[in-house]
This record gives sequence, structure tokens and C-alpha cells, in this order.
Amino acid sequence: MKNTRLRDMITEGIYDSLYIWKEELKKVFKDGGVLIFFLLAPFIYPVIYSFIYNNEVARNVKMVVVDASDTFLSREFTRRMNAAPDVRVVEVCRDMETAKRMLDRKEAYGILLIPSDFSKTLVRGEKQAHVSLYCDMSSLLYYKAFYLTATEVSLEMGTELQIQKKPAYTSRAEEIQTQPILSESTALYNPQSGFGSFLVPAILVLVVQQTLLLGIGMLSGTDRERNRFHTIVPLKRHFGGTLRVVFGKSLAYLVIYIVVCIWLFAVVPNLFSFPRVSQPFHVLAFLLPYLFACIFMAMTVSGFLRSRESPMLIFVFTSVLLLFISGISWPKEAIPPFWKAIGYVFPSTPGIQGFIRIHSMGATLKEVAFEYRLLWIQAAVYFLSACLVYRTQYILTRQRMKRRYQYAKERRDRKRARGED
Amino acid sequence: MSILECLWNLCKREVQRLTAQPIYLFCMVAAPLIGLIFFLSLMRDGLPENLPIAVVDMDDSSTSRQLTRLLDSFQILEVRERTQSFEEARIEMQRGHIYGIFYIPEDFAKKTITGKQPKISYYTNNSFLIAGSLLFRDMKIGATLANASVGLQTGLAKGYTEDLIMAALQPIVIDAHPLGNPWLNYSIYLNNTIIPTILELMIILVTVFSLGTEMKLGTAREWLQTGRESMILSLTGKLIPHTVIFTLVGFLCCSILYGYQSYPLANGWPPILLAMLLLVLASQAFGIFLFSLIPVLRLSLSATCLLGMLAFSFSGFTFPATEMAPALQPLTNLFPVRHYFLIYVDQGLMGRPFIDSFGSYLFLLGFLILPFFLLKNLKDAFLYIKYIP
Repeated sequence: MKNTRLRDMITEGIYDSLYIWKEELKKVFKDGGVLIFFLLAPFIYPVIYSFIYNNEVARNVKMVVVDASDTFLSREFTRRMNAAPDVRVVEVCRDMETAKRMLDRKEAYGILLIPSDFSKTLVRGEKQAHVSLYCDMSSLLYYKAFYLTATEVSLEMGTELQIQKKPAYTSRAEEIQTQPILSESTALYNPQSGFGSFLVPAILVLVVQQTLLLGIGMLSGTDRERNRFHTIVPLKRHFGGTLRVVFGKSLAYLVIYIVVCIWLFAVVPNLFSFPRVSQPFHVLAFLLPYLFACIFMAMTVSGFLRSRESPMLIFVFTSVLLLFISGISWPKEAIPPFWKAIGYVFPSTPGIQGFIRIHSMGATLKEVAFEYRLLWIQAAVYFLSACLVYRTQYILTRQRMKRRYQYAKERRDRKRARGED
Repeated sequence: MSILECLWNLCKREVQRLTAQPIYLFCMVAAPLIGLIFFLSLMRDGLPENLPIAVVDMDDSSTSRQLTRLLDSFQILEVRERTQSFEEARIEMQRGHIYGIFYIPEDFAKKTITGKQPKISYYTNNSFLIAGSLLFRDMKIGATLANASVGLQTGLAKGYTEDLIMAALQPIVIDAHPLGNPWLNYSIYLNNTIIPTILELMIILVTVFSLGTEMKLGTAREWLQTGRESMILSLTGKLIPHTVIFTLVGFLCCSILYGYQSYPLANGWPPILLAMLLLVLASQAFGIFLFSLIPVLRLSLSATCLLGMLAFSFSGFTFPATEMAPALQPLTNLFPVRHYFLIYVDQGLMGRPFIDSFGSYLFLLGFLILPFFLLKNLKDAFLYIKYIP
């Protein structure tokens, strides 16, 4: 007897969940504003960002050389600067004033000053020759391009000078061993130190959370505005239990976002060939709790939003903050404890950290165990809080209905009493 | 009723609307200040410190330990692990515990002494670009210093002066002068533009939202009547309170950045305050234009969100505009904050003559013309389009 009741309840629950799922999907596809976030934004953002950062690094940054030395060696230095891929020497002039004016007019972003005693110092070999680099600091990438290239050229020419048979050098160089220790550097996981390869994967992960927050917030805001009792649970037959509402709705978002995730994490990285060494299974297994955590967090938050517009006004600017809290650009070791603690509230923090390590660095779930566990904890906590929110909303709807009903009844009774008088 | 009186009524009406909904207070004051506090506290040291690395010490001699100590003494870097296998260090990197690996080969000390030129290798994790670049620099310095110190020791033993030895070790030296930001301080590099970009985003959002709300609440006709049926007058009166509040918030941000934090402000206050005022006005005009283009609150607000977030990239303060795809470069001009950024670079960072920024100021002013193109469109929308919830 009891068994059949339980079974009936479960069947009814599943049926109701599916009904709510269908209703929610319909609502999403009828709402242009929500579609902008659920489909358009995830679709176009990666494309736009990939175009913006297509060059990855600064190439052929314009430089002006002030060659006060004007000798074979200084001209050779200039020639090699120009030959390097990151720098283009647009002009060689004799005085600093002209060069500065070019910097002001943005005809160049850096000045290389070769002093008049450059060659003499080098040939004599009694002290080091200094070359000055002045750089427009509107972008660190300019500075990086100039500085690395200049260093490279100076080391290269230095070594050649040591090798060349200059009597002043050779004997001494042999005795001191100009290169007692060699060294080499390797850039791991992002070999060309590209800006897009570093930033875009993190943006992809963040886009999932933020668009879910905005979209689900808008949906429930609209519900609140439209429903008779200004809550997010309508007074309809199938909306009779908390679990079925939460299951039904989250399933709708999950279905949409599985498609979105396929685009973001399977198609886009291939399309724009970001460095990737990941194993698909680990990416998939990692994204699952991330999606759950994001969906349930968005559903929890949506219980507190008053209107359709408020999620956009409140959450959009947090995207920038969350990107920095995630530790992808500003290292997590340097984030103050207070912001770090806030970071743990959002799925994007462990989501970005873990995803980058799996996707770009070839880590497995074992290496991202901390982030992976944190995501499951977030998913569980937000699931419970989402249930709580919908339960409260459900009770609120009932209360308001009862009050309205009582009020109407009282009025009718009063009217009747007056009528009978 | 004079125009002034009419404006006064419109302003009064708007102030009442602003105070009635707490979301305005959040967007206009709280959000920009949260952003300001967040970024200034995040980057309070200017450069991240103590970035963890692992030293793979295959030699384990006093020389290699000394080199490890030398590395650890750098401010940016912290030797978190000392391992004897590269594999171990690599897994630590995948776990996110370290950003760099410094590899000292076997027989390092012995080979150094016998002149067999041992090779140090260092690896940086460049999927974390800032950490990777900073560690690259410091580990390179570490390797160079190790090289120099050995050379110096043998050289001094043979009786040469330091100048002579250094000239042999490294004949050419680069003296770098990063103009305006000699400390390579990330807070100066990023925050002078991130904060105004957040402000721009909030201004456009609030402008679109407040216009759309008139439609949503069905108060548009009453509003236009208060403004004597003139769209220009109604808009001006309605948005003056916004302008005042946003400008004050913007000036507050400036005073904290350039007063309290004393970030570079080469040409003094007037140029940057003027730029801030124009940024506020231009963003408002941008908002009006956007809403006139799509006079449906749900869509125009969503569009604002998409565009507003793009401004962080298009302003070109992280990845320079000159390096973007050529087709995209003209698009950067469509974002008011791009011009604010250029003005800050010229007037704040580099101290260039005012005339060099003239074009950027003019561009910001140009945004104010935008709404006039669609004024008729906007008025029709307010009069005839009914809000669909």
C-alpha cells in the first residue's frame, strides 16, 4: 500500500519535472533578452576575443634609434634590432629631440639611444658599453618587445665580439672564461607567451557562469513581475513540490549549456588553435560539477532579484573582478585573504584554475583534486540553497494566495451582511 | 514656465525616482567604488611577491645550494620546493603550486671549476602570463649572476679589475627607462584604465535602464509633458542628476588614484578631470544612442552588457590596439573609454603637450552628437511603443 503511494509520488514527480523542464525551455526560447545571454554571448564572445588577440604578441613595434655613434658597430646593432620579429626601426636620427617628438606623435613607441662612445668603448674593451632604451609605457607588451629584443641583440653581439680576434679581448677572455655557466630558458604550455592563449580559455570558463547568472536572473525576474503573487513559483498544478521545480528548471538550463559547452570547449579551441594538451575525459569530468555549481548558484541568487533588469545592473561589472580573483592573471599567491575568501564563493574561481591546468597544462583530475572537490561542494551547497529558496517562494505564494482569498471572502461576507440589512 | 524652471522640475522628478529605487545607489556609487577598492587592494604592492618556484638540484653541492639561496633572496620569487627530479617539479606545476622550475644539472660545481661550461635550464609556466614573465626575468637574472660571479672570481684571482672583467663578460648593457612607470607597477598600468572602464559600463547601463524604466512603468508621457514635449529638454533634465552623481564619483576615483595613491599625473589635475567629465557625458550620450537604436529595454540592456564588457579589451590598455587585427582597430574608437585611456597616457603618464591629446578630447565630445541623429526615433518610441513585460 505504502509502496504504491511512494511509486505514484515518484512517477508524478518525474512527470511534473519534465513538464516544468518543457515550460522553462519554452520560456527561454521566447525571451530575446535571455537568448542574448544563453546563446548569442557564448557564441560571439570567443570569436571576438580570438580576433582581438589574434596576434598573440606585439610584433614589429615601432622604434626610433638615436645613433650618436654612427659607426659600423652601432649600425649593426640597429640592423639587428630591425631584423628581430618584434621590433621595427622606423627611423634613425641624430638627436634625442626629434626622437621624443616622434614618441609624442605616436610614430614610435620606444627610443634606443646609442651613445657616441659606443664603438670606442667596445673596441677598447676596458669597460661595458651602455645602450639606453626609453619606452612608452602605455602597454607593457611594447616594453617587453623592446627590452627582450635589445637584450638579445646585446648578448649576441657581445658574444661575437668576444670570439672575434681582438687582441685586447682574447687572451683575457680565455683566462676569465667569458661563459663559465651556460643557460637556456623554456616557456612551458604557452610557448610563444601569447596573450590570447593565456586569457581566452579563462574567459570561456567565466562566460558560462556569468551568462547563467544573467539569464536565470532575468527569467526569474520576469516570473516575479508576471506572476500574480510576485514570487518566482507560479500557482500552477505541476509546480506542487520544491524538488520537481528545481530539477525541472535546472535540467532545462543543463540541456542548453551542454550545447554551449560543446561550442566553447570543443569547437572554439580547435577553431582558433589554442595550445591544448588536455584529455577530453578529464575536461568533461571537470566541467560537469562546474556546470552544476553555476546553475544552482544562479538559481539561488535569482530568488533575491526583484526585477528582470536587476541581474544585469548588479552582475555584469563583477565579471572583471572575478577574472582577477581567479588567479589567472594576478597570481593567487598575491591575492589578499579577504578577496581570496570571496573567491571561494564563486564556481568561476576553482573553475578557471582547474580548467586552465587541465586544458592548457595537461593536468588530470588528480592534479586538480582540490578545485574538483571544491566544485562538488559548491554544487551541493548551492543545490540545497536553491531548494531552500524555491521552498520559501512556494510557501510565500501559498500565504499570499490565502491572504488574498481570506480578504476576498471577508469582503464578500461584509457585502452580504450589508445586503441583508 | 521658463526653460530653467522646466529643467528644475525634471531634475526634481528624477531625483525622486533615483532615491525610490536602491538599485540606482548601487550602480552609480557602490559598484564603481567596490571596483576601485578591489583593484587597489589587490595590487597594493604593485608587483606580486613571493611567486613560488621549484629548484631541481641534481648537483646538491654547496655551490648549487648557494645559487638556490641567491634566487630565494629575490623579492618576486620564493623557492617553495627543492626536489631532485624534474618529474616531481612538473607535477607540482600542474597542481598549481609553482610557476617556475630552475634546473641545476649534475656535477654543476665540478664542471664550473674545471671550465666545462655546465648548463642551467629554467622553465616558466606561461599559461599564467604575468607570473611567467616576472619569473622569467628573475630566473634569467639569477642565471646571469651565477655566470658573472664565477667569471668575476676567476678574473679577480688573475688580477683584473672589475670593469675589465665585466666588459669581457657582458660587453654591452641595456639601460631600460620605462617612461612614466619606472617601477613597472601593475596597479599603475592597469587600474588607471580599469576603474574608468567600470564607470563607463555603469553609466551606459544606468542611462539605458532609466530611459527604459519610463517606458516600462508607463511614465513616459508624463515625463515628456514635464519636459514641455521636447525630447532634448526632457533628456537633459532627466540626466543632469546622473551627470552630477557620476562626475562626483569619477572625480572621487581620480582623487584616490592621483591624490591618495599618488600615481603619475605628469600634467596635473585639469587635463584628467576634464577627461573624466567628458567620459561621463560621452558614456551617457552613448547610452541614449543605444536605447534610441533599440528602444526595447530587455534587448538594449542586454546589448549594453555585451558591449560594455568588450570595452575592457577594446580600450587597448592590456593588449595594445596597434596589435589587434587591422579590421578591428577602427572599432576601438567606438568606446569612449578608449579616448580616456589615450588621454591618460599622454597627460598623466608621459606628460605630453596638451595639443597631442586634442584629438582624443574632440572624439569624446563627438559622442555628444550621437543622440541627435535618432532623437525623432526615440520620441516616437516613448509615445507609441507599449512595454511588453
